[in-house]
Amino acid sequence: MTVTSKILLLVAGLALAACTNPDRFGGNGAGGANGVGGAGGALVPGSVNDPTSPAYFNQTVGDRVLFAVDQSTISPEGRAVLDGQANWLSTNTDFTAVIEGHADEQGTREYNLGLGEKRANAVREYLVSRGVAGNRLRVVSYGKERPIEICSTEVCYAKNRRAVTVLASGLTG
Amino acid sequence: MRVLAMLCACVTALVLGAGQVVAQGSGPLRIEITEGVIEPLPFALPVFEAETGDAGSLAAQLSQVVAADLTGTGLFRQIQPDAFISTVASFAAPVQFADWKAINAQALITGAVAVQGTQVSVKFRLYDVFSGAELGSGLQFTGTTEGWRRMAHKVADAVYSRITGEGGYFDSRVVYVSETGGKDARQKRLAIMDYDGANVQYLTDSSAIVLAPRFSPGGERVLYTSYETGFPQIYVLDVGSVQRRALDAQEGTMSFAPRFAPDGQTIVFSLSQGGNTDLWSTTINGGAAQRLTSAPSIETAPSFSPDGRQIVFESDRSGSQQLYIMPAGGGEAQRISFGPGRYGTPVWSPRGDLIAFTKQNAGRFHIGVMRTDGAEERLLTASFLDEGPTWAPNGRVIMFTRETQGEGGRASLYSVDISGRNLRPVRTPEGGSDPSWSPLLD
Repeated sequence: MTVTSKILLLVAGLALAACTNPDRFGGNGAGGANGVGGAGGALVPGSVNDPTSPAYFNQTVGDRVLFAVDQSTISPEGRAVLDGQANWLSTNTDFTAVIEGHADEQGTREYNLGLGEKRANAVREYLVSRGVAGNRLRVVSYGKERPIEICSTEVCYAKNRRAVTVLASGLTG
Repeated sequence: MRVLAMLCACVTALVLGAGQVVAQGSGPLRIEITEGVIEPLPFALPVFEAETGDAGSLAAQLSQVVAADLTGTGLFRQIQPDAFISTVASFAAPVQFADWKAINAQALITGAVAVQGTQVSVKFRLYDVFSGAELGSGLQFTGTTEGWRRMAHKVADAVYSRITGEGGYFDSRVVYVSETGGKDARQKRLAIMDYDGANVQYLTDSSAIVLAPRFSPGGERVLYTSYETGFPQIYVLDVGSVQRRALDAQEGTMSFAPRFAPDGQTIVFSLSQGGNTDLWSTTINGGAAQRLTSAPSIETAPSFSPDGRQIVFESDRSGSQQLYIMPAGGGEAQRISFGPGRYGTPVWSPRGDLIAFTKQNAGRFHIGVMRTDGAEERLLTASFLDEGPTWAPNGRVIMFTRETQGEGGRASLYSVDISGRNLRPVRTPEGGSDPSWSPLLD
């Protein structure tokens, strides 16, 4: 695959991910765009307008980044999301996170477990490079076991090739 | 495939000891599997005689399972009883070969079943109709009434073995992952069944994802990967007691893809740490894990050669998934796959001659086989998603996972023989994936 086509794929993937289809993780795709929340309006603790809430992290900061086929390289858009995650984690130090790496269904099961771990680890390393303590971040790969989109086309595959930062309260060390 | 010379009338009758293999070309009743069967061999199997008053229904069921085993191979065709001219009044009565010849039965299988309490005994004879002689001598199997299907499989194994000269595979089990729910809500649990899908028993519940079980060489234990702790970790389960325990794991790592070595003690598996997946080995009783590969790429899906001296595995060190062979203790690996596309999940045949694999090329998945040096690659299947081959104990048949496309996509088990013929679904109560075939039971 040429570099150009890789970039095109990435852009396509990100454009799709920007659609706001909340999934079972309550996220908004790779968004991370500055939309809801923040200043103004009544602040309901724990709600999406509460900047210290996991809901805010998931939906406003953006809980996930997407990857090109077979790749674990973090895209510029992904880096922007992860910068937001690193800031949030630096402010909200009561939270730890498990970074879940996922693959699309176009691959064998065990290879995809390895690939998902690579993706999750790439996110972890980036967050650590942005100052998040390594002992707050664990990685796990689900390979192709937990798709969020179930069609068998690139539209869905692009959203399934993801790493999701899942918050947990309390330090686990 | 070719059925040899059924016409040859001057052949001496074969009388072989139980379990003995018919030498190639030594008799008229013979299927050469290696040549691929084009025309299945017709056999007659009159319902086995009930020797005791209460054995009638068991005799009928047993006869059906023997016939189903044989026809299921694609190598045999059952002649329906309404075509029979002769009946077999008793197991001991002489056979009227002319009557069986007239309906073109090439093999005749007779049997008798006796029940005493919870014990059942089954005896059978196999006749070569055209030479008018018994092929091998009569055999008798005894077991519990509850395990009657095993006796049917043993009879069918003996028939298959005498006619093909190959080992049988019907008296065997398959451990697999039973699946329910849609793609985004899939529930998985370990299950074990007879090779033909009968007697399904669940070994775990579906509270945690379980993946890729593998039998120990003796079939009494199963290695698998479970997310019980939230992270993939290797477990070993005793099939008899259904007790399981986790193998030691290193903190902050993921381990998966465990496989037994032929010694039943050594285990090779994948360990992921810091974005890198390598192969490691350990033993069933714990002890320090030893690293076998140290490339920055993904090394997984190992499989031992039957002699335990080598491991075939997949790696994307070249930029895409390919197959490699290395010494069992680690060391330099030789790449063996060179065709277009990518190759994964290699599994060494129990005969040692072939490696089965999953191939992904041009948007399709295939199950294929190649020689251990990568030569003579043959693709046996093609679909949206075929993966994870496992070998029948005789190295002639492969079972694998086929998953269908799209929103309603579902995984199920299929089998195919290594000539690429006789592709057929293996019926399971729920969806199924990741089959692992046991060795022949005792």
